[in-house]
Amino acid sequence: MSNWFGRQRALMDFAVSSLARRKGKTLGLLAVYTVVVFVLASAMLFSHALRREAALVLAGTPEVLVQRLVAGRHDLIPASHLQAIRAIRGVKSAEGRLWGYLFDPAAAANYTLMVPADDAPAPGQAVIGSGVAQVREAAIGDIMSFRAHDGQLVSFTIAGIVDPQSALVAADLFLVSETDYRRLFGIAADRFTDIVVTVRNPREVRTVAEKIDAALPDTRIILRDEIKRTYESVFDWREGMVLLLLAGAVLAFFIFAWEKASGLSAEEKREIGILKAVGWETGDVIALKSLEGVLVSLTAFLLGYLAAWLHVFQWGAPLFEPVLKGWSVLYPDFRLAPHVDELQVATLFFFTVFPYTLANVVPIWRAATIDPDQVMR
Amino acid sequence: MSTRRASDWVLGGLVLGVAALVATLVVSSSWVATDRPAAKRRAELVARLGLTDLALFTEARYTRHPSQADRHAAFQDHPFAFEHFPSGSVLPPRRMP
Repeated sequence: MSNWFGRQRALMDFAVSSLARRKGKTLGLLAVYTVVVFVLASAMLFSHALRREAALVLAGTPEVLVQRLVAGRHDLIPASHLQAIRAIRGVKSAEGRLWGYLFDPAAAANYTLMVPADDAPAPGQAVIGSGVAQVREAAIGDIMSFRAHDGQLVSFTIAGIVDPQSALVAADLFLVSETDYRRLFGIAADRFTDIVVTVRNPREVRTVAEKIDAALPDTRIILRDEIKRTYESVFDWREGMVLLLLAGAVLAFFIFAWEKASGLSAEEKREIGILKAVGWETGDVIALKSLEGVLVSLTAFLLGYLAAWLHVFQWGAPLFEPVLKGWSVLYPDFRLAPHVDELQVATLFFFTVFPYTLANVVPIWRAATIDPDQVMR
Repeated sequence: MSTRRASDWVLGGLVLGVAALVATLVVSSSWVATDRPAAKRRAELVARLGLTDLALFTEARYTRHPSQADRHAAFQDHPFAFEHFPSGSVLPPRRMP
């Protein structure tokens, strides 16, 4: 055993000195390799943690939501629909919700204006999300005014700020009373944004949804499962721009790695020839060169993964912020809890370390099986 | 005085790297446990207010509330309109059942 270990260490000494002889090439490859692993790992860690967070916090989202559609667009739903839904067997309750968007010209930001079903602020008061407080530099007791639908000013005294730790779900919230909401937008008392339905038996949710759909054909039903599913695919690597960006980077790397690994330089061929000429077995040469590949790819994997973990969880993924922010002014200041999936780390390891190591072995095996005299010529 | 071999440095570095990787897993799980009360408060807020989406993209209504938007929302400015908000590129449309 100690003999085997000593042999591996000797091989490693040789591999390190061989890599050190081509210092520039090795360091260049290591840097590019590490950056590719870093980008892949950052996207993977961020999207996984965000999906887990979404699944956790959205567990209590409304069971069934009913929207009214007119000409394919969302429209206000009349109170008469409430009665129709309550009459359906299996429905426990149906309540109208009031929410919408408010553009604040002072901050050039969009807020989500909402009337809480319970404990709504008193008329003339508002509870704001931490993002709103930040962009408007507002504190409790300050007054914020907006132009209503008829041009008149409606003023709100800030009565509270939602806990900043809930910024991921509440950064842009602007909670007001029903009176103020209807006054601001000029919405009649018998109109709601949508309807929240609770069902007696959770197993009957789909059946109840089908009954609502049949009774009210101008509506669209959104189930809790569908809301959760929306976030299961958020930043999915298979989707959209993320794939496009990653595919470019990964393909470029693979071409680079393949070029480097498969086309042995004359110097490397000479080295293999000399090793064989001084009595090295083909197996030893392959083991040596594989070890070089493993050392480079394993170092790149470890550096890339560790940097990605720090980037996403310690520093709040600043490199992703411009992408996520887009043109929005209000962006939640949040730190994701590190939900790290060991299987994903293993997958990342497999897909980053193995291809390069394998790409290394084939040309070396070819060179190592040729007569040393021919290789050295 | 014995000199250190190259393999000693490399092996030491790799062991350190693997230890750091294992440490991220350990720190992650304890961090998640510490964050549990805050996550519970977030979930309670969502349930109390009936929230449906994460406040990640506030630039357009279909990216602020993707679960509430229909598939046409991104292209509804006029027929054959292109979507023009950047975050629409990283946020796929809601999957229809």
